[in-house]
Amino acid sequence: MLPTVSEPPAGEVGALREAHLGAFRFMLRARLLDDKFAALYRAGKIHGGVFLGRGQEALSVAVGISLVKTDVFAPLIRDGAGRLAFGEPMLDAIRTYLGSALGSMRGRDGNVHRGRPHAGLLPMISHLGAMISVVNGMLLARQLKGISGTVGAACIGEGATSTGSFHEALNQAAVEKLPLVLVVANNQYAYSTPNARQFACADLADRAAGYGVAAHSVDGTDLTDCLATVGAAVAGARAGGGPQLVVANLLRLCGHGEHDDASYVASALKKSGLGRDCLKIAEDILLREQWADAAEIAVWRSAALREIEDHVAQVQREPAPDPFAEAWTALSSQHLSEGQVQ
Amino acid sequence: MSITYLEAIREAQARALRDDPRVFIYGQDVGEFGGAFKATKNLAREYPGRVLDAPISEDAIVGLAVGAAIEGMRPIIEMQFADFSTVGFNQIVNQAATLFWRTQVPCPITVRLPFGGTSGSGPFHSQSLEAIYAHYPGVVVLTPATVEDAYSLLLAAVAIDDPVIFCEHKLLYYHLKAEKLPTEALPIGKARIHREGRDLTIVTYSAMVHEAAAAATELATEGWEIEVVDLRSVKPLDTDTVVASVARTGRLLCVGEAWPWGGVTAEVIARVTAEGYGLLDAPPQRLNAKDTPVPYHPNLWAAHRPTARSIAAAARNLLRT
Ligand SMILES: Cc1ncc(C[n+]2csc(CCOP(=O)(O)OP(=O)(O)O)c2C)c(N)n1
Repeated sequence: MLPTVSEPPAGEVGALREAHLGAFRFMLRARLLDDKFAALYRAGKIHGGVFLGRGQEALSVAVGISLVKTDVFAPLIRDGAGRLAFGEPMLDAIRTYLGSALGSMRGRDGNVHRGRPHAGLLPMISHLGAMISVVNGMLLARQLKGISGTVGAACIGEGATSTGSFHEALNQAAVEKLPLVLVVANNQYAYSTPNARQFACADLADRAAGYGVAAHSVDGTDLTDCLATVGAAVAGARAGGGPQLVVANLLRLCGHGEHDDASYVASALKKSGLGRDCLKIAEDILLREQWADAAEIAVWRSAALREIEDHVAQVQREPAPDPFAEAWTALSSQHLSEGQVQ
Repeated sequence: MSITYLEAIREAQARALRDDPRVFIYGQDVGEFGGAFKATKNLAREYPGRVLDAPISEDAIVGLAVGAAIEGMRPIIEMQFADFSTVGFNQIVNQAATLFWRTQVPCPITVRLPFGGTSGSGPFHSQSLEAIYAHYPGVVVLTPATVEDAYSLLLAAVAIDDPVIFCEHKLLYYHLKAEKLPTEALPIGKARIHREGRDLTIVTYSAMVHEAAAAATELATEGWEIEVVDLRSVKPLDTDTVVASVARTGRLLCVGEAWPWGGVTAEVIARVTAEGYGLLDAPPQRLNAKDTPVPYHPNLWAAHRPTARSIAAAARNLLRT
C-alpha cells in the first residue's frame, strides 16, 4: 500500500498534491458534463437513455489516472471521470450521446457504449460482465507478443459480480496470472435491487481469496483513499502480482439512468457516510491541504463549463448519420457480405 | 497415404500456426492432451506457448479471443462440443459479431464447433447450431462436408478478418478420408455441385451431403438423376448456385440435420421461392431433424435425423408431384 496522507516525505507531498489536483479537475469536468447530459435529456435532445456517474467520480478517476496511455481500460456506465483521465476526448462522449456521425461510434451505438479499441479504450457492450474477459484477451495477447508492463482495468458494479461472465473472467485472469485490475463499485443498488438481494457474503472483497487474487477495499467517497488504493492495485498488477480485485463502497447519487428517480434508495443510506458526495469531499481536501483555493476552483469550474458548452454547440452542428450512406454490412470482409437479401 | 477429415483440421491448424505468428489456439484440453477429439494433437509440443488449455469457461474463452483479436492476434477457439458454445453465445453474437460494425476494428476469430449427431451421444453432445449463429449479423458460418473443405475452409477462416463459426461434423472426423490435402479450393461463399443431375436438386451441407449422395445413388437405380449441391458455407449463402441448379432440375429438396424451425433449409427455400419461383415445377420441400432434442438411443437417433433412406423417400414424393 502507498503511504496515506498523514505524513508522507516531502517529495511525495508534491506527487500527492499533483495527483489530487489532476484528479479533482477530471472529476469536476465529468460532473459538469453529466449535468449537461441530464439537462439535454430533460430537453429531449438525446435519443435513448442517459447514465450518470454522480457520486462515483473519485473511484472512477482513480482508475483512469492510475493507468498509462498504453494500458487497457474497460470502463462501464458510471466512468465519465475515469474516461477523461485515461484520455478519452470529451468530444467522444458528446458525439456519442448526440449521435453525431463524426463520433467514434458514428451513430451506430450511443451514450456510454463508446470507445476506441486500438487506443486501449474498450467500448462496453450492454451485457454486464462481458468486458472483463476481453481485457484478459488483450493482456494475454500482449504477453504472447512479448510486450510487458501493461495493465488492464475493468470497472463494474456490484450487481454485475453476480454474472457468470464475471466469475469466468476473474478465474481466467487468475489462472493466467494476468495484470488485471477489476474494480467493483459497490453502490448498494443494482438498478433497484439492494445488496441483500444480490449477494450473501459479508464483503465482496472476501471473494478475492476464493479466486486466488489480491483484494483491496476502499472508501469510494474519499479521493485520497481511492488514489492510494487503486494506485496500489495498479502498481501491484504492473509489478507482476497478478489480478487485483478492488471493492469500493459508495452510493450512486442519481438514478440508475435519468429516467429513474431512485426513490428506492433508503434515506438512512443517503445520510450515512456512503452518501457523502465525493466531489465535495475532494474539494474539501484541496482546500484543507491548501493545494487550491476557492477562487482557483471557481476558475476551473467556469473553464469546464465553457469547454462543455463549446463542444456541445459544435456537435449540435455536426451531421447526423445518413441511412442512405450507410454500408449496412456488419462484416469487414465486404465481399462476404450478403447484401440486401430479399 | 490417406488423410481423414479430423487430420485435415489438425493439419490446417498446424499450417496456420506455422505460417502466421498471430495465430494461437485456446480451448479446453487442447494443449498437451491434444483435444477431446485430438484435433490439436502434438500442436502444443510443436508450437510451445501457442496452444493453451482453457478453464471450462466458454464465455471467457470467447471474450479472451475477442480481446486478443483487437490486439492483432488471430485466435482459433476450440469448443469441446458445439453444444457448449451456448455458454459462450453472448460473447460470440454480441461481442465478436458487433465489434467491427461498432468500431471498425476487425475481429478475426475462428470458433471451431465439433457438431452434429453421432450414435449414442444424446441431447447435449449432438446439436447442430449453424442456423442460430447464422441468424446474427457479423459472423461467417462454414460447414465443410469434405476433407478438402475441412482443410481449406479452416485456413480461409483463419485468414479472414471476421468472426467465423466453423462447424465441423463429428461423424465425419474418422470415417471420411481423402488421398491428400488440397492445393487449391473454392473460396468462402461458393457452393459446390457435389453430384450432377437433372431431375431434382438436393441442397444440403456438412454430413448430410453424404446422406444425400447415398440417396442419389439409390434413386439412380430407379432411373432418377439427382443433383446434390453442397453449400459449404451457410453464411454467406450461395443463392446463385442453388437457383442455377433449380433452373436445371425444376425441383428442390433442402436437407439439414438441424432442427427445422427458422433454419438453413427454410432460408434456402425462401430465397429460391423469391428469386426462382418460375423455375419450380413443384412446391419446394425440406427435410430436417425432428423438432425434439436429439435422442440418445441409436434406434431413436436414426429416426430423428434425415438419413439416405428418408431423403430418398422425400425425393421420391417430390419427383411424383
Ligand atoms: C447481463 C445483463 N443483465 C441485465 C442488464 C440490465 N441492467 C443494466 S444496468 C443493471 C444494473 C447494474 O447494476 P450494477 O452492476 O450494480 O451497476 P450500477 O448500475 O449500480 O453501477 C441491469 C440489471 C444488463 N445490462 N446486462
